[in-house]
Amino acid sequence: MAYVAVKGGQKAIQESIKRIKYERFKNGGILKLKNIESGMRGLIDQVMSEASLYDEELAAIAVKQSEGNPEEVVFLLRAFRSTLPRKHYSRIIESETMEIERRISASFKDIPGGQILGTSYDYTHRLIDFNIAVEEKDSRKIKKWVEKYNKVAVDINYDTKSIRFPKVIDYLREEGIMINYEINNDEPKDVTKESLKFPTKRSERLQILTRGQTGAVAALGYASLRGFGSVHPTVGELRVGLLPIYIDSPIESSKEDDDSYYIGSIRVTEVESIIPTTIKNKDGTREERLEVGYGICYGQNESKAIAMSILDRCLEMKEDSPTHDEEFVLYHIDSVEASGFISHLKLPHYVTFQSKLDSVRKTRKEK
Amino acid sequence: MENQYNFAFFDEGSKREIRRATLKAIAIPGYQVPFASREMPIARGWGTGGLQLTLSLVTKKDIIKVIDQGTDESVNAVSIKSLVRKTTGIKDTVDTSKASLIQSRHRIPEEELKKGQILVLQVPMPEPLRFVESSEYKTKRLHADGEYSGAWLVLFEKIVKFGMVTGGAAHPVFVHNRYVMTPSPIPKYDNSKLNESEALILLGAGREKKIYAVPPYTKVVSLAFEDYPFELEDQTGLKCNLCGAANVFLDEIKTEETDEVYYQCNDSSDCLKRLNKGGKS
Repeated sequence: MAYVAVKGGQKAIQESIKRIKYERFKNGGILKLKNIESGMRGLIDQVMSEASLYDEELAAIAVKQSEGNPEEVVFLLRAFRSTLPRKHYSRIIESETMEIERRISASFKDIPGGQILGTSYDYTHRLIDFNIAVEEKDSRKIKKWVEKYNKVAVDINYDTKSIRFPKVIDYLREEGIMINYEINNDEPKDVTKESLKFPTKRSERLQILTRGQTGAVAALGYASLRGFGSVHPTVGELRVGLLPIYIDSPIESSKEDDDSYYIGSIRVTEVESIIPTTIKNKDGTREERLEVGYGICYGQNESKAIAMSILDRCLEMKEDSPTHDEEFVLYHIDSVEASGFISHLKLPHYVTFQSKLDSVRKTRKEK
Repeated sequence: MENQYNFAFFDEGSKREIRRATLKAIAIPGYQVPFASREMPIARGWGTGGLQLTLSLVTKKDIIKVIDQGTDESVNAVSIKSLVRKTTGIKDTVDTSKASLIQSRHRIPEEELKKGQILVLQVPMPEPLRFVESSEYKTKRLHADGEYSGAWLVLFEKIVKFGMVTGGAAHPVFVHNRYVMTPSPIPKYDNSKLNESEALILLGAGREKKIYAVPPYTKVVSLAFEDYPFELEDQTGLKCNLCGAANVFLDEIKTEETDEVYYQCNDSSDCLKRLNKGGKS
C-alpha cells in the first residue's frame, strides 16, 4: 500500500518506467515516424493545436513516445515549448491571404468565389471500412491511384491557388447589418508571457480558447448552444487552408513589407460565426443586428474552431450562464492544467490526510 | 533531431522573468504575484510552481534536497530530484542542514532552517479566499482592500457547527500584519515554523500561476480567535516507533498482520539522523 516511506522507491520507479518501454515494443512492431506523420493527420492537428506548437515532426515524435495518448503528447510538446526563447513575433497576418483548401458557408448557398468542399469527413458514412485492414496488399494499386489523382489535382489547384477569396462577412458588413467596430490594432497580450488578469482582453481570450483542449472547448460550446448560454450561431464561413507567415527583418529596422521574410506557412481552420443580437437605439427603440464570433486553430479542427467562435461571442456578452463567465471558461479548458491537477490526486496525501483525520476524530470525541 | 536542453531546463530569459516575479514576492510578503507559469516536464499539480522556482534559482554551487509529504524517497520527490540533477548536474542530499535549496510538498522539515537556506513550497491552491469567493477578479480586490471577513467567517462557521476550528492542513496565516496567505497544505503543526524563519521561504503555484514569499524574519500568525486559539493536530503521548522521538509530526501506520496501529516520524531524514546519532533502535 505505502508507496512512499519505504526505501527503494527509486528502484520501483525505474521499473515502472521500464514498463512503458516494454508496452511500446512488446508486440514486436516499431512505429515509423513517417507513418505517424502521413497517417495520423487528425491526431497531429489536434495535438499541435492544443500544444500551441506548430511542428508536425515534433508532434509525431511525441505521439510515438506517448503511444498516441493525446493528453501526454500535448504535455510533452508544451514542456518542450517552455525551453524555446521567443526570438520573433510574426507580422500581422490578414487571413484573406489564406491559400484555400476548403471553404464552406452555412448562411448563403452562393458565395462569391463559390463553396469548396475540400477534404472532409462530413459527407461520409461512418461505416468501418474492413478493406483498410488489408490494404497493404494493394500498395501498388494505391500508389498508381495517388499518381493519377495528383495529375488531376494539379490542373484544378492551378486556378484556385492564387485567388484571394472575399470574406462572406464582408458582404454583410457592406450592407450595414453587421455591427461595425473600429479596427483594433493594439499589440495583443501574450498569455504565455504574462498570466491572465481579469477582466481579460479579447486577444487573451482567443489565445486561451485556441490552445484549449479540443473536447473541453467542444463541450462548453455545445453547452452554450444547447441551453446554458444564449449564443445561437450560423456558420458564416469556415475555411481550411495555408496561411503564410512573415517576420520583420531581424537585421534592418525597416517595417516595410518588402523587407520582411517569409518563414513558412501554417495550416489553420478559421471560422466566422454570425450571431444575431439586439441593440438599443438612442431613442429607446430596439433593432436586430448581427455580431461575429471568431474561431481559429492550428490544423483541421473544425468542431473546435466552431465551438471557439461560439465561446468567443459568449465571453463578449455578460450573462448568468457559466459559458459566459470568463473565469469559468478560460481557467478550465487547458489540457495540461486539467489533466495535471486531476492526476495529482494520485500522489500521496498522507500528511494532509493525517491532519484531516485528526480533525474528524476530534469532532467525534466531542460528542 | 538532436536537442540539448539549457542548464536548469529553461532558457535564460525565462529564468530572469521568474526571478523578477520572485523578487517582487519577497518585497511584498504574503502577496500573490502573478507570473507567466511555464509548462514543465512534470504534470501541473505535481509541483510545477515549486520546480519553476527551483530551476530559476539553482546555481552550480547549490545542493538540493527534495521532499514530498515529509520523505525524500516519495515517488514525486525522487522524480523532481532526478529532473533537477539531470538538467543541472548539481549534488543532492537528504540532510536538511546540508541543503542550500529545499523543495518540499506539504511539509516544513523538522530540523530548523538556517540563514542562507531557501525553502521552496509547492502550492496547489494559492488563494486562501477561494472557498468563499470563486472569482479571481473578486478575490484580488478583497486582498487589496484587506477585506478578510470571509476568511474569519469560515473559521467562525466551523466553531458554530462543530464547537471547534476543524479543518486539516493549509490553515490560513496572517503575514506581516497585511496579507492573509495559505501556507500550502502543510499540517498545522508546521505553521509556527513560518514565523520569524531564518531561511527564505518561497511558495510557487504553477497551475494557478502565482508566486509568493515569506522573507526571513517575517511575522506570521495563524488565524484564530482569542477564545478559540489555534490548535495543533493532537499527537500527545505518541512517539516514533523507530527513533522514539515525541514532539515531531508522526505518520499513523497500521500493520497488516496484527491490525496494530503505531507511529513513525513523518520527516524520514530527520528520523534517520536521530537513529544514526544513537537514538532508540
